[in-house]
Amino acid sequence: MELLLVFLIGLLYSAGVYLILRKSMVRLLLGTMLLGNGTNLLIFLLGNIVKGKPPIIKADLKIFMDIYADPIPQALILTAIVISFGLTSFAIVLLKRVYALVGSDDLDDLNTPEEEDL
Amino acid sequence: MIDNSIIATIIVHLFTAILQLAFWRKTVTQRVLSIVGVTIGFLFSLSLFIKVYNGEILKMNAANWEAPFGIVFVADLFSSTLVLLTSIAALAVSLFSAVGVGKSRMLYGYFPIFHFLIMGLNGAFLTGDIFNLYVWFEVIIISSFVLLTLGGRKQQLEGAVKYMALNILASTFFLTGIGILYGITGTLNMADLSLKIPLVQDQSIVNLTAMFFIVGFGIKSAVFPLYFWLPSSYHTPPSAVAATFGGLLTKVGLYAMFRVFTLIFIPNDFTRGVLIIMAILTILTGAFGAVVKHDIRRLFSYLIVCHIGFIVGGLGLYTKVAFMGAIFYLIHDILVKTNLFLISGLIRKMRGTLDTPKLGGLYSEYPKISLLMALVLFSLVGIPPLSGFWPKIYLFEASFNANNYFLVGSLIFASFITLYVIAKLWSEVFWKETSKTENLPDEFKIMNTFNKTLLVLPIGILTAATLYIGLNAEFTVQLVDRISNEMLDPSPYIKAVLNN
Repeated sequence: MELLLVFLIGLLYSAGVYLILRKSMVRLLLGTMLLGNGTNLLIFLLGNIVKGKPPIIKADLKIFMDIYADPIPQALILTAIVISFGLTSFAIVLLKRVYALVGSDDLDDLNTPEEEDL
Repeated sequence: MIDNSIIATIIVHLFTAILQLAFWRKTVTQRVLSIVGVTIGFLFSLSLFIKVYNGEILKMNAANWEAPFGIVFVADLFSSTLVLLTSIAALAVSLFSAVGVGKSRMLYGYFPIFHFLIMGLNGAFLTGDIFNLYVWFEVIIISSFVLLTLGGRKQQLEGAVKYMALNILASTFFLTGIGILYGITGTLNMADLSLKIPLVQDQSIVNLTAMFFIVGFGIKSAVFPLYFWLPSSYHTPPSAVAATFGGLLTKVGLYAMFRVFTLIFIPNDFTRGVLIIMAILTILTGAFGAVVKHDIRRLFSYLIVCHIGFIVGGLGLYTKVAFMGAIFYLIHDILVKTNLFLISGLIRKMRGTLDTPKLGGLYSEYPKISLLMALVLFSLVGIPPLSGFWPKIYLFEASFNANNYFLVGSLIFASFITLYVIAKLWSEVFWKETSKTENLPDEFKIMNTFNKTLLVLPIGILTAATLYIGLNAEFTVQLVDRISNEMLDPSPYIKAVLNN
């Protein structure tokens, strides 16, 4: 399971970076989304995945006696997902507006020269 | 010592923003609420600063969870100084916005978003938890996206795409760094991280994580080669927005860099080398960029980049004198850069353009305001005894002590370039005769006295603050001396967070 996740994370990061380096705005957006998901999986992986061990202390004990699943990475991922959802939805609206104004999906067309800027 | 009032500076702006949302479309009410909100925020941050300056490091446990487990807010001298500066800048920008921002932007929520942004900045300065810092960064960038795009001009949106793409990328790098950090240490509290990082067996992974933080914060604070979003977006929004961005947004990246690299990762020779090389190249590219631009705000954007290099260089040298120089420069830079963009907004009101060849004759028409602006420009250049002079002395001394003559050379070069562009700006905008062929509308002249005061007063407030830190340098030096001590020896910070 860990090995599978490692490869998946590597794939998401490399695909994300590749898409960000392209000139198209839509690919830029998809690239940031892939990178964000790769990061979320990375946090999930680094929080030591344990199956079926809830972080609950038995009534007669004061401390954890055996391995437990750490809930913090999941809380972090949940926060990160919500934030990236907000950012992505803003980005989609922004890119749509830019496409409507500029009429092009190419990032190189976004350079209004200094002389024309009033 | 536990003191729950440190969070007041955050809460004030949150409530102001929510109240303003209740008065959506009522622009006059929003303006009044905004000025009242920033004034209260200023008083809270002043009282916080005085408490921390005269007393000890204060903290607040969120929901009363003890330190390494819950989120803590910590106000040490560095944080509370920056919170105070933020609230001074916010006060000035809010006063200026009341007249300087168009009504159409106010109708679409300029003021609430502005207050959310200031709330995010205060939160980022005060938090003691690295993941919480990430969340405050996101609060800041989402507010800044909205402020940057509000109005929807083509140039604004073009700048916003670049700004957004690189800032989301920076957040991803930062979050990746946090993920690895949690994986190797099992904690997110910055003071606790400071204790656990030296215990990690494989220090190479720690250095790797440090690089993630350098890239993430490097994009946010606009250092070479990651600064290209800044000059292509900061000239597009209204000057009040650009003032908030120019004065505060890059500085929060620098704050995070200082916090992380003095508390969590103690830089080794390699990391220091990387920071110094980045600083030298930032200084040089920023200076060259400023020379070729003739739009005032594009010029100021490059000057921001150039002067970021001074502060990063101070961090890279990693000695007490260098820290004193860098922190002094940071304090000076927040006030002056905010003021410069407000000045550019005022010039735009007076002339309707910011293109230096078309401008001219401001000195003969507005001698008093021009002299006020001259004080700011002189502070920026660093004419003794104004505020830009003192930190440079410390930075020169620190780089000479480290035998780093490349850094000394680029600092001197950048100071000359700053002098050159400011002298050029002064003669072009203030002394040159107005060209008769251009028909430049003067909105400022036909305003009533109250509106004129609202535009000039914030520049006066910021200039007074700049003069205070420059002329009363004894106090400022004492302050930065204490802040540098806190940075070089974080044990009081760690003790305050974990033991109380």
